[in-house]
Amino acid sequence: MSTPVSTTAEPRGRRRGRTGYLLLAPAALWIILFFVVPLVTLISTSLYDPAGSLETGYAMTGYVGNYAAVMQDYSQQFLRSLGYAGVATIACIVLGYPLAYAIAFKAGRWRNLMLVAVIAPFFTSFLIRTLSWQLILADQGWIVDALKFLQLMGDDGRLLATPLAVITGLTYNFLPFMVLPLYASLEKIDHRLHEAGADLYASPFTTFRKVTLPLSMPGLVAGTLLTFIPAAGDYINAELLGNTRTQMIGNVIQNLFDGGSYPEAAALSMTLMSVIVVMVLVYIWRSGTEELV
Amino acid sequence: MQRLGKWVSDHLILGIGLLVLLYMFVPIFIVVLMSFNDPASRVGYRFDGFTLDNWLNPCEPNGMCEAVLLSVQIGVLATVGATILGTLMAFALVRHRFRGRSVANVFTFLPMASPEIVMGSSLLALFVSSGFAGVLGFRTILVAHIMFCLSFVVVTVKARLAGLDPRLEQAAMDLYANEWQTFWRVTFPLVFPGILSAALLSFSLSFDDFIITNLNSGQEVTFPMYVWGAAQRGIPAQINVIGTVMFLLALLLVLGGELGARRRRARVAA
Amino acid sequence: MSGSDLVLSGVTKQFAGFTAVDDLDLTVPEGSFFALLGPSGCGKTTTLRIVAGLETPTSGSVTLGEEDISRLKPYKRPVNTVFQSYALFPHLTIYENVAFGLRRQGRKDVAGQVKDMLDLVELGTYAQRKPNQLSGGQQQRVALARALINKPKVLLLDEPLGALDLKLRRQMQIELKRIQTEVGITFVHVTHDQEEAMTMADTVAVMNAGVIEQQGAPMDLYEHPRTTFVANFLGQSNLIGGEASAGDGQHVRIDVHGVGLRVPRDRAAVSSGGVWVGIRPEKVFLAEAGAETQDHSNALRDGVVTDVSFIGVSTQYLAKMAWGQELMVFEQNTGARQSFRVGDRVDLHWMPDHTFVLDATQDASAGVERVDPA
Repeated sequence: MSTPVSTTAEPRGRRRGRTGYLLLAPAALWIILFFVVPLVTLISTSLYDPAGSLETGYAMTGYVGNYAAVMQDYSQQFLRSLGYAGVATIACIVLGYPLAYAIAFKAGRWRNLMLVAVIAPFFTSFLIRTLSWQLILADQGWIVDALKFLQLMGDDGRLLATPLAVITGLTYNFLPFMVLPLYASLEKIDHRLHEAGADLYASPFTTFRKVTLPLSMPGLVAGTLLTFIPAAGDYINAELLGNTRTQMIGNVIQNLFDGGSYPEAAALSMTLMSVIVVMVLVYIWRSGTEELV
Repeated sequence: MQRLGKWVSDHLILGIGLLVLLYMFVPIFIVVLMSFNDPASRVGYRFDGFTLDNWLNPCEPNGMCEAVLLSVQIGVLATVGATILGTLMAFALVRHRFRGRSVANVFTFLPMASPEIVMGSSLLALFVSSGFAGVLGFRTILVAHIMFCLSFVVVTVKARLAGLDPRLEQAAMDLYANEWQTFWRVTFPLVFPGILSAALLSFSLSFDDFIITNLNSGQEVTFPMYVWGAAQRGIPAQINVIGTVMFLLALLLVLGGELGARRRRARVAA
Repeated sequence: MSGSDLVLSGVTKQFAGFTAVDDLDLTVPEGSFFALLGPSGCGKTTTLRIVAGLETPTSGSVTLGEEDISRLKPYKRPVNTVFQSYALFPHLTIYENVAFGLRRQGRKDVAGQVKDMLDLVELGTYAQRKPNQLSGGQQQRVALARALINKPKVLLLDEPLGALDLKLRRQMQIELKRIQTEVGITFVHVTHDQEEAMTMADTVAVMNAGVIEQQGAPMDLYEHPRTTFVANFLGQSNLIGGEASAGDGQHVRIDVHGVGLRVPRDRAAVSSGGVWVGIRPEKVFLAEAGAETQDHSNALRDGVVTDVSFIGVSTQYLAKMAWGQELMVFEQNTGARQSFRVGDRVDLHWMPDHTFVLDATQDASAGVERVDPA
């Protein structure tokens, strides 16, 4: 008797009808009103005549020059932000992948506890944690002392107010955003695939390279998007852990807003957003939209 | 020696994972430590001496507790709003057919992936241009918070809902439960853990937000904004008290739930 | 048609691109154990779901006794289902799972009935556990209890024993039959396992590609298959091509590759033209080629044994005939029969009464179990 292959024709279909639209409507409305429309407003703000101000009002002149001006002035910070975010993302992958892998495959009954541990630091304020890094990397702190002692740093070297500090802060703050999607992807991988790999003469590393890694790609890509993008726009780490030479684009935008230069700030924001939209579109073109959310 | 080598390689990944986890907790230790700090001066952030004063007088710094209260209020309201809207949307995405599914997926994902500075500044642009510039405050903060929590709720609930076997609902209907009863007695209890996680996540994100709030808060001061200001002015140690309390509370909640579940399982199996 | 017979009339179910159930007519007598048997994908589960109300038929009607239930929602039908995957509610205890249907109907005196039902399936002490703490066999019994407790007019079972190991399955087959006899409810049991269907059911309907090929008592279907599909799906059959012509009054004469065979007229579905001569392997006897026989058996001579499989209870032979076809022969290991080896030349004998004849337009490979379903 052959073993049964269950092909019960039960399509896990979705219901048709209007209920779907009704359920969707409130949230969709909110997103349109408070995400899409604001972006549109931002675009139009970026086209205002920069000569205006909050008091005197802005003249909408379709002034594309804002973009050119802004890119000229701040291209350095822009590229720096992309650079820092890139390095931080790579660091997150290097640190986060083993952690996600450990939780998915090696944790056993401690799995839930470890997941909680990943999210737990979240519960303390982001700012407070970054301030803690200020303390840890401080000039009189023991890490700097230890590095000087080990001759890894010169006598007048410092960790704080350096690009390294900023990147460390970024890495630290966005690590959960890398670990969780990765974990979600890895968790779906059947353990027996590893056994199959071993059975077919693959070393553990080859099994990883040929089986686990490709299957974890959705999680890796999602994690990369969720890490790189917010990191590129962050300014808190740069402000608290860096100096004027490590200024990121986020700092610039915030300063411009504080100073009332709305059109320029908007133009810079939109430029940043376009880079992100391009990245997301590339992702969608390769992998479709179903895995996004 | 070979046995040791094998033990190491077997546990290497787990070891690295635990180290990374430890790394994530280092700042937390600092926060807890600093909550007992007796600062020698207002300037300079380092550990000077041990004291319990901070814990005994947590609301001493001017305006701090008001800021915490505001953050809690906004957190609760934003959580309620985002959880309701997001859960409805998750049901629509998983269980129903409609046109524009791809668009819905993209626009639910984008807020999660957008830099906070862009989201914050676009909302500011909206409020300014629609004449609300004068009323930046509680309501605008709330609107913004619901917005960025929404996507996270959708993702969390959707994940839970998608894993729910539809045959359970068919079995319920087979056993004389109508649609309404099926939802409340089978679907909802099984999705609830997802909704709860989404709510907790929402609250954390809301309580913790700085960049978006800062741009849209007008005169109001939330706790992260207070901390930011303190970073320029001088950091009162009580900030770390609040941080520690938040951490412990959330930890208690989550661990309590986990332990409760384990104990229930053990009791029934006995 | 009596009290609460289940009748399906002209039921059709079309999904995008294919027809799962094609103009089906079926009558399940009240109180019987009815098996719906067929290979994967033949539409039997869809048919079951239509009866349960979980699928709406594209056309046709379902009546239970006098009542047309075709358009009723599942929770309005006096019908309950035991799902293939059990579908026990993971967040409820066994007690609450079993009580679920009664509670939805508003019954108050639940405790006594639940206890009785759990005792019936021998799970009395497990009432406070959760489904994930039970083994597969135990979960299956809970699913059964949960459905039975509502005293439905018809109980539908969707391949309920599929996930159990052989020994447990055999045990449960006996259990289910016993319960059905005790309780007297109509059972409609869907399965792809023909042994299971024949053991348990009073009536078996063989289904293929959305239609019922044949329906009747197990022995009837087995000994008098009316299509090649039934002949091959139930047990195994040898089907040999031949030409039928009028014989004497009581028999039909069939010419098979130059040999004349006699088949009683009532065993032949057609009596002229191209036919399949069918004979079940266990009805065939092997003899040394050329050996004389006393009886008036049909015989095909000069085969060569190409395979011998010792099963324990029987020995299964494959004999290649002159025209190239390999015929199956199952010999009971009574100890009194001669055994043969590969290469031996043999004659095949059987009683004419055991032959069945089918129209040659049918596909002789229909119903043969394939190793890898396409």
